Amino acid sequence: MPIPLLVGSVEQGLIYAVMALGVFLSFRTLNTPDLTVDGSFVLGAAFSAVICSGGGNPFFAVVVAFVAGCLAGSVTALLNTKLQIQPLLAGILVMLGLYSVNLRVLGGKANIPLMNIKTIYNSFDGTALEAYGEILVIFLVISFVLLLLYLFLQTKLGFALRATGDNEYMVRASGINTNRMKLIGMALANGLVATSGAMIAQYQSYADVGMGLGMVVIGLASVIIGEVIFGTKTLRRRLIAVVLGAVIYRVVIAYSMSRGLPAVDLKLISAIIVTIALSIGVISKYLLKYYKRFAMTTLGKKLIPSPRAKATPEGGDQK
Amino acid sequence: MMEITGLRKIFGKGTINEKVALANFSMTVGDGEFVTVIGGNGAGKSTLMNCIAGVYETEEGKIVLDGKDMTTMPEHLRSQWIGRVFQDPSKGTAFDMTIEQNLAIAYGKGKLRGLTPGIKKSEVDFFREQLVLLGLGLEDRMKHKVGLLSGGQRQALTLLMATIVKPKLLLLDEHTAALDPPTAKTVLALTDRFVSEHGLSTFMITHNMKAALSHGTRTIMMHEGRIILDVSGKERETMTVEDLIEQFEKKAGQELDNDRMLLG
Ligand SMILES: Nc1ncnc2c1ncn2[C@@H]1O[C@H](COP(=O)(O)OP(=O)(O)O)[C@@H](O)[C@H]1O
Ligand SMILES: [Mg+2]
Repeated sequence: MPIPLLVGSVEQGLIYAVMALGVFLSFRTLNTPDLTVDGSFVLGAAFSAVICSGGGNPFFAVVVAFVAGCLAGSVTALLNTKLQIQPLLAGILVMLGLYSVNLRVLGGKANIPLMNIKTIYNSFDGTALEAYGEILVIFLVISFVLLLLYLFLQTKLGFALRATGDNEYMVRASGINTNRMKLIGMALANGLVATSGAMIAQYQSYADVGMGLGMVVIGLASVIIGEVIFGTKTLRRRLIAVVLGAVIYRVVIAYSMSRGLPAVDLKLISAIIVTIALSIGVISKYLLKYYKRFAMTTLGKKLIPSPRAKATPEGGDQK
Repeated sequence: MMEITGLRKIFGKGTINEKVALANFSMTVGDGEFVTVIGGNGAGKSTLMNCIAGVYETEEGKIVLDGKDMTTMPEHLRSQWIGRVFQDPSKGTAFDMTIEQNLAIAYGKGKLRGLTPGIKKSEVDFFREQLVLLGLGLEDRMKHKVGLLSGGQRQALTLLMATIVKPKLLLLDEHTAALDPPTAKTVLALTDRFVSEHGLSTFMITHNMKAALSHGTRTIMMHEGRIILDVSGKERETMTVEDLIEQFEKKAGQELDNDRMLLG
């Protein structure tokens, strides 16, 4: 894999990691799969592109994107808690609605190019670090987000939020309003997603109304890849795992494409990766069951010819 | 003091499955009173607790705790004053969080939950002291996730969490039913200790008739959403399980049908 391609995909991976942290917040911390993501990612990108192309401060654009994402997430949470629409459906509704909103933000155009416009990645221009400007900015942002999120989840409010995903009964019995926790959690999650969208728009120099398609799946893939490879032991490890998961996902995709994977197949591959990752537990259970049966009937007879072989499946299991 | 007057709870109102779970239920529980609640399957015991705790809204009636009308208050607000332990040991704790984090969440009851550290250093010491009181060695496992604990350990921890901020009312819904007999005994003994140490007004639903008489200060028996027997004081002291069953059959006009009911 050529070095520039590797660097580029690591950079992108770190930006998408902000989105994956948002997905982690809804999917793992709140235990709710949130489909708003596909829309809020574009919402962030759209605000970012519009503000930047209008000559606005690119960091300000990212902050606006964050706030807009928070609002989108709040709507999903309110549909769920106040109108009692199932979380999945609430997310789909907001995602669909956001498609129109995003087109509006983009001024009715399907995309906005950002050529020759100052972005957050130009922050180090004119300094000795200019050559490393992009990776530096990205690194600073992801470190900042990671640190804040880590600290936040260790506060009293953060504890309440985490417990809400674990056990709502216990949380309400402890005097906590679970609806408010869902609101805060969904808002923050989509705020992060929109932040990531804003950064991607500036990174690739355009925002497109279709750029969020399948974003939630990429987020899930990142979370799960991180968990499988780096574990879930402590909160710190979990958060870092999400970031690394996002980077690995990007690098693997970039590598596969450089090796001839057609771009049209990308979404299918993502869907398959996540399907496998989500079902790894069940699949291994099936395999174990077949293995046991195989061991009992075939191997068991051969290895333990005594008539009691059938009565001791554990014996066959260990072979 | 808690006063319940004319409480009515109907499930599936207006459908063919309509079920009156609480029918004009009234009772007053004095400060420090420890009421044990028994009754057949579907008598409305859990419904009563859930209505008091605010899990369900009620059709009619009033629930007043220490002069405060809680009838329409949402569950999480009532929880400031009510401690609960559920029958299912997994319901009382957050399994993916550590013992000390669970305690910290319970200890935050009634306080603002803002951006201050989830656990303060001073709190860790306090939690350790409290855990020592359980006598289960949990004080050495404060950073372990609750998911690793046994059912009995969880119920003991939930009991501590329910009382770590002194509640005005403690609700226990068959909190030992899922435990093996020796563990159930340990948790019951802990219950007695917490209740008497803090002088808590307590409702304890139990499927164990003997425990219903040997614990607490008052026993009520429920049937079809109302109280059919309410004994305390001298009368209760001399009562046996056989007396209870006889009373039930007389008042309810049928045999006791709780298949999980333990007589001994
Ligand atoms: N959530 C519910 N929906 C419909 N019916 C319910 C519900 N909860 C309880 N019931 C019904 O109300 C009656 C009382 O139930 P419950 O309070 O759980 O009884 P107990 O705890 O005394 O065994 C039962 O007939 C039960 O089927
Ligand atoms: Mg019950």
